[in-house]
Order: sequence, then structure tokens, then C-alpha cells
Amino acid sequence: MTRRPTALAAGALALLPLAALASDSSDPIVIPIHNWSSQIVMSNVVGQILEGMGNTVEYVTTDSQAVYESIRLGDVTLELEVWEGAFGASFRAAMEKGGIVDVGDHDAITREDWWYPMWTKDACPGLPSWEALNDCAALFATPETGDKGRYLDGPVDWLKHGKERVEALDMDFEVINAGSAAALWAEIGAAEADKTPVVVFNWTPNFAEAVWPGEFVEFPEWVDGCDKDPALGPNPEMLYDCGNPADGYLKKAAWEGMADKWPGAYAVLEKISFTNPQIAEMARLVDIDELEPDEAAEEWLAANEDIWTAWTE
Amino acid sequence: MAVLSTNAAPVAPRGQTALALVALAVALTLLHYAGLLPAWLTRVPEALVPPFAPWLDAAFTFIRTDLGLEKLTRWIAEGPLQFALDTTANLLYGKRRWPNLGPIPWSAIAGSAAVLGYALGGWRLALLAGGTFVWTALIGQWKIAMETMSVLVVAAPLAFVIGLGLGIAAWANDRVDRAIKPILSILQTLPFFTYLLPAVIFFKVGPTAGAVATIVYAVPPMILMTTLGLKKVSPAVIEAGQMSGCTRWQMLRHVYIPAARTEILVGVNQVIMLCLAMVVLTAFIGMPGLGAKLLAMMGSFKIGRSFEIGITIVLLAVTLDRLSKAWVVRVPEHHPRGTPWWRRNKYLLIGLGVFVGFTLLGQAVDWFSEIGRRQSWSRGKEIDAAIKAFLALGPVQSVTDQIRYVFNVWILIPFRDFLLSIPTPAFILLFAAAALALADQRVAIWAAVFFGIVALTGWWDRAVITLYSVISAVILASLIGLPIAVWASFTDRRANRILLACDTAQTFPSFVYLIPAIMLFGITATSVVMSILIFAMVPLVRYTVEGLRDVPPEMIEAAEMSGATRMQKLWKVQLPMALPTMAIGFNQAIMFAFFMVIIAAFIGTQDLGQELQRTLAGADLGKNLVLGICVSLMALSFNMVLTTWADRKKAALGL
Repeated sequence: MTRRPTALAAGALALLPLAALASDSSDPIVIPIHNWSSQIVMSNVVGQILEGMGNTVEYVTTDSQAVYESIRLGDVTLELEVWEGAFGASFRAAMEKGGIVDVGDHDAITREDWWYPMWTKDACPGLPSWEALNDCAALFATPETGDKGRYLDGPVDWLKHGKERVEALDMDFEVINAGSAAALWAEIGAAEADKTPVVVFNWTPNFAEAVWPGEFVEFPEWVDGCDKDPALGPNPEMLYDCGNPADGYLKKAAWEGMADKWPGAYAVLEKISFTNPQIAEMARLVDIDELEPDEAAEEWLAANEDIWTAWTE
Repeated sequence: MAVLSTNAAPVAPRGQTALALVALAVALTLLHYAGLLPAWLTRVPEALVPPFAPWLDAAFTFIRTDLGLEKLTRWIAEGPLQFALDTTANLLYGKRRWPNLGPIPWSAIAGSAAVLGYALGGWRLALLAGGTFVWTALIGQWKIAMETMSVLVVAAPLAFVIGLGLGIAAWANDRVDRAIKPILSILQTLPFFTYLLPAVIFFKVGPTAGAVATIVYAVPPMILMTTLGLKKVSPAVIEAGQMSGCTRWQMLRHVYIPAARTEILVGVNQVIMLCLAMVVLTAFIGMPGLGAKLLAMMGSFKIGRSFEIGITIVLLAVTLDRLSKAWVVRVPEHHPRGTPWWRRNKYLLIGLGVFVGFTLLGQAVDWFSEIGRRQSWSRGKEIDAAIKAFLALGPVQSVTDQIRYVFNVWILIPFRDFLLSIPTPAFILLFAAAALALADQRVAIWAAVFFGIVALTGWWDRAVITLYSVISAVILASLIGLPIAVWASFTDRRANRILLACDTAQTFPSFVYLIPAIMLFGITATSVVMSILIFAMVPLVRYTVEGLRDVPPEMIEAAEMSGATRMQKLWKVQLPMALPTMAIGFNQAIMFAFFMVIIAAFIGTQDLGQELQRTLAGADLGKNLVLGICVSLMALSFNMVLTTWADRKKAALGL
């Protein structure tokens, strides 16, 4: 089978020490694409780096939960964004079943917690303290929740324990689960029209920060074991009486056969590490500047050459 | 209606049994309200729930590895299927695979499509076919649309061939027919979230799994229509074939299939519509192109561009559908003896000429071969702004707030709580009673068994919540859809417009209207019901319009001659005659609602769909299957009752 190298690959090829990586298989490395911008651009960035090293890369769109089964089977080679909060449980379950390996963390830290867009603060000036939020609970009431405020939590499969926290901290809120990230954005988007106060689940790094400026609610600080030992946290009798850790991991994962089949690419994957500003920049190129993901990746690679060339040496 | 009343006599004993069952159910419920019913009679106690999930998990592993099914499916997926998909992918969007010729310039495809449209249906079809592809290119979606088409041009013909083959087998052999029917019903009613994991395990995530899921979904109507068409071939035609000494193969090839052409081509239409309806959902398992892009756009809240992608999908569906319909009604052209070859095939030649012309032009002028995103006419941002401005309007907000309040607080939540308050055995009795009254004893027993299994899985409450969304949506869909359908059936013009709206609603990706639904009604039961409602209304309206318009003109004339007013004609003649067809539509509406209620998990529900979503990571395959089977069993129960009822009514009307 003949493969024509793309112009970009040919250009980048000249920069790289090819000989050291000659042992990589010529089969395509399959990179999964999910439905949020930073992940799509990051996948393209890494794909183009690997192509530049002479590998062939293919992208495949998949569900972000079902992808772990495909990695275990070797159908998908790697995953660049394993969020501690959203996918930690799926990742751990897949690790237990075998076939997938942990390739280390990005520098970026992730935070996932209760969040509000700035206009909410006008109505409830005591924010971001959670006690102030609780005092304003009535502001967030809807027909369905009666007197209680409404907190829109992430999808159930993200295991956010919103309900448990409301009970543990005795808050006047009712927790409703959105079914998808898109559903969360729709709620914020609808509230934006007449600046209705809302409090929803959100995370960083994320495109929403650029579209809707906002802040996380400050809960009692996370202490290790808050989810296992009731004694920790302000409520001595219950679990989950703390905020989420403000520094969750963002991991890379790979099929266990990758290291043998594409040793060169695997070595690079181990070194790859993005920071929060870099991830936000990638998302911005697509979400705000409206570039296509592959163009955004080219642009990012061109602007950050010193960063990624260090990984390929 | 004298015809109908003769039917009443045998109903009585069944009716009495049904009433007795209802009375028992009411008694149980009242006892429960009074607090006198023991707990084990209100819900199946947890201790009695058999470990279905580990059993199914073990069965799945057995089929997958011990029986070696995975090896076989993997061979198919990675061998011939992958090869076919790679070939089309190269031709349509230039994936680097054999034969390394592509991509074909957009203008060449658009031009040839227009010529094909003209040959089949004149200027209007030429405009539609050419226009669709020009739109796709100008809006900047050419590449992603071709990524989608590269899978569909493999999946749709395969679905056609498999459907035709199985349809013929089912027609030729009764045993095959009896074996296939229940399998088809289960395939049609299993929720999408249950297909997802087996598809990626057996067929490898990517276009292969996408193609297989599309085929599985699109094949059932093809099989059913083929069998139906072959059964309807008139004895006179068959005799003529036999008299001219046809062999069995010749009979099939030259007599049966041409005679069943209309039904077979209706099957083809359904294959096309269903293939395009699956474009977005299969993106979860690796289908490239429009669906994947749409999900990415939704993820970053770009409604405008998602909307444009939705339009492209609908246009492609309508174009392919109208082209294939034109093919059905086309009368074969007979040329006088001695017509030269080029004149007989003039459209083919023109098409080829256009294709070659534009391909060469594409070599010279880039614009004719590729239009990038930057040159496109996409108006995503403007549409976003317009939608947001519309939602921000005072009247819109106050109306939707009112609807949300009334629906959630006064209708939906009380209805749900009421259904949940019924003890499990009483619920099963009520359904069995309804089945007995509408269908027969056999169906009632099966329905009770099916619901009994659902109760035994321990997911009863979630199953009831699923059912409540389905029932609420179908009732609302009937209240809105039936008057529209009756209104539309009065003139051809209206009927055509409404049927076009149905095609649009069926293929327009539901994800796109899920978001505005949430913006209008929040993440509440109202949004869920609204999104199911739009989808469920499609078959309801379609079948009602067709049922009403198919009433034999003699019947209507007879009614007119006996001096019936328009209303009398409608109520006494047309509606009773159309009832069996409408029942099929109603049945389809319920099936569609069961399909959509699971997808509505993306809005946020508390039903089986939400639990299914939780199992997508693959660690709980057994649980996923249990939940899927629960949904399937409930849908099958409705299906059995309604089809039996429709068949009986049909027989009674002598149709």
C-alpha cells in the first residue's frame, strides 16, 4: 500500500530524527475524537506530531465512555483526555479488566464543581461562598422544585455526588441531572437571555469560560478521604461534605500493545504534557476563531514549536 | 356500521374477563393506598431478583469467545467491509487507500446528480438533486457530507440486498418467516444504547461499526415489504409465468420480483430514510462525517451550524427518497427498432459528459473541486444570534414558562407519581386486561409474562418512568397529530406538504431540537416529552393521512349519495375505514417513542435510558443488556396488542 505523505508531514519530517523511530509499525495509530473542542484539537495536534515522525494516523469519532472498551480491544490506540471526575471511574474499571495502560498525567489540572455565570453574582452578592449561595437558594427556585433552589448537576455517569453534598451540608437545593454537556450549555444559554440566576455543574479547562465568564462556588475545602471518612469535613456524620478537589488529574491512556507496536510514538506520548492555558488556547481556536480542528492544530503547532519539538527528541 | 357490530358478539366474554382483571387491579391499588398491601405485593422484593446481569454477561462472553462469533465478525469487518468502505472513502473524500483516485470534485457529483434527477423526474428533480449537492458544497460541509455518504453508499445497498434476500427466504419458506419475525421485532425494539457496545466489540469502532449498526437498523422494513409484495402477486401473473415455462429462478427473477416492484421500492425508500436517520447516533461508534461534526458543534453550543448540518441531512434524505420514488413510477421507455445506441442512452451519456467535464474543470479551477470552510456561506453565528434573540422575547418566555409550569406541575409529575403508586401486580393486570380487550387471550398472557420479567429484573420503577414518558408523549402526539392529519387529508396539496414535513421531522437530527427544547422548557419532563412527541407524531400523521386517502371512492360516493354531511362522512365512513391503517401508525408511534425516550437521556431523565447511559463504558455489559431487554419487552407488548387489534379490525372490515 502506498501512502503519500501530506505536505505538513513532509515539512515536519525534515525537523525530526527519523532513524531512531524506524521500528514503529506502519499500521495506522487510531486516535479517538469526542465531542468537545479541546479534545478534538489536542488529538489533531498529537496526530500531526506523530505523522511528522512518519507514523500514519487515523481519527475515529466515538462516545467518550464507550471508548475505553475499544482501547482495551486495541481498536483505538490512545486517549489524550482522561478527566478524573468524568471518566476516572470508567478508566479504573477498564484498568481492572486489563488491556489499557496509564501513560501519565498532563501538567494541566482539572476542576469540576458547582459553578455560576457572572450575572448570578449580581443577584446574590455574597458569592462565591457556599453559605451565601444557600441563603440565596430561593433565587434559584423553579416551578418543579418549589421553594428549593435548583442545582443542575452533570450527567449521572460522571458520578458527581451532588445529592449527597446537598444532604451533608443541609442545603436548600434540589439536584437535577443534565443528560449531556450540551444540555448544560443550553440551560446556561437560556438563562443568559434575561440574566436568570443559575447554578450548574461546570469544569475547567473548558470553552465555556470564554463564552460565559463565571466562578466556581467555594465549598469547604477538599480533604483527602472526604468521600470515605465521615469525620472529615464540617459535618462529622456524613460523607461528601467538601468541595471537589481543585486539582484533579488529566491523564493520557493507551492500549497496552502500543508500546511494542509503536515504540517511538509511545515514547513521545509519555512525554506529551499540556498545561491549562495551552488547552484553553486550543479550544479558543475552534470555539471563538471558528477554525476547523485540523487547521487549529496546524496553527497551534506553528506557534508552539519549541514546546512540542522537545517531546519528539 | 353493520359490519362492525357483527364483531361485537364474540367480544363479550373477553370483555368480562378484562373487566374482572381491572377490578382486581383496582382493588389491589386501593388496598395499597390504604396501607394494607404487604410490601412484597407492591414491588418485587430485592431478595427475589435473580442475577440476570451476570447470567447475560456470561452468555455474551460465551457467544463472543467460546462460539468464536467475534472471530467471524472481526474477519468480516476488517476484511471485505473495511475494503469496501476504504474504496468509497477514497473516491468520495480522498482517504489514502486503494484506488487512490479521489476525491471526486463536488461539481462533478452535483452535475451528474442533476442529470440523473432530470432523467427521472424533469426539472424539479434536477433542481432538487443538483441543488442539494451545491448547497452542501457552498455551506462548507462537502468533506464531512462525503465522509457520511462513503459509509451510506456501502450500507444502504447491503441493507437492500440482505433485506431482499431474507424477505424472499421468508416468503418462500414459512418456517423462516416464523423464525425471522420475532428476531426482527426484538432488533427493532432494543434501545440504541444496547446496540452500541456489541457493535464496537464485534465490528471494531469506526466506519465498520457505523455501517453495521446502520444496516441492522435499516433492514427490517426491507424484509417486511419484500415479503408483503411477493405475497400480493396476483395468481394470473403467476400462471402466465408458469405457462411460458419459467424455471424457479426465472419465475423469481422475471415474474415475482417485477410484480412486487412497488412494495420492494417502498422498502428501498425506508432503507434510505432510516440510514440517514441514523447518521448522528452512529457517530457514537465511529461513523465519520456529518453526525460527528454535529455532536462536536452541540458540545460547544453552536446551534446555528448544527442546524445547517441538520438541513444537509434532510436534503440528502429527501433527494435520495424522491429520486428512488421517481424510479418507481417511471414507465419503461420503449424505443422503436433501430434507434441508435447513443439515443437510447442519452441521459447516461450526458451524465458522463457532465461528470468528465466538471472533473477536468476541477483540475483547472480549484473552486470547482473543493470549497474550504473559509470560502463557505455558512451563517452559523447569525442563526445563533437569531435563535437567542427569539428565545429572549418576552411573549415567548412567558408562554413557555406557563406551558412548563402547567405541564410539569399539573400534568406530567402527578401522572408519573400516579403510575408509580400502582402496585406491580396491579399494573401487570391492567395491561393484561387492556391486551385482552383489544387483542386476544394469547397476547394478554404474553404481555403479562413480558411485564412480569421486567418486574423481576428489579428495574420496575425506572421502567414505569420510561413508560410514563412514552404514554404521555403518544397521547399528546395523537391530540395534536390526528387533527392535523385529518385536515391534511382533504386535499392533495395539503397532504403533500404535511408528508414533506413528516420526512423532515423523521430525518432532521433530534439532537438539534433537543437543545432548543431545553432552552425553552429547561431540563424537565416537559422537554423530554416534547422531544419524543415530535418524533412520535411522524408515523401517526403519515399513516392517518394515507389511511384516510386510501378509503375506496365508491364508499365515499355511496355516503355522499345517501346525503351525508362532510362531518358525517368523516366520522361514519372515512375514519372507521382508515382505523386499521391508523392503528399501524399508532403502533409505529409507540415504537418511535420507545426509541426516542432512551435518546432523551441526553436531556436528563430518571428512567431506564439514564441507567443505560451509565453502563456505556463497558464495565457493566450484563446490566446494559438487562436494561435493553426491559425496554424491548415493554415495546414488544404494545406492538403485539396493537398489531393483533389492527389485523382483527382489518379482517372485520374485509380489507
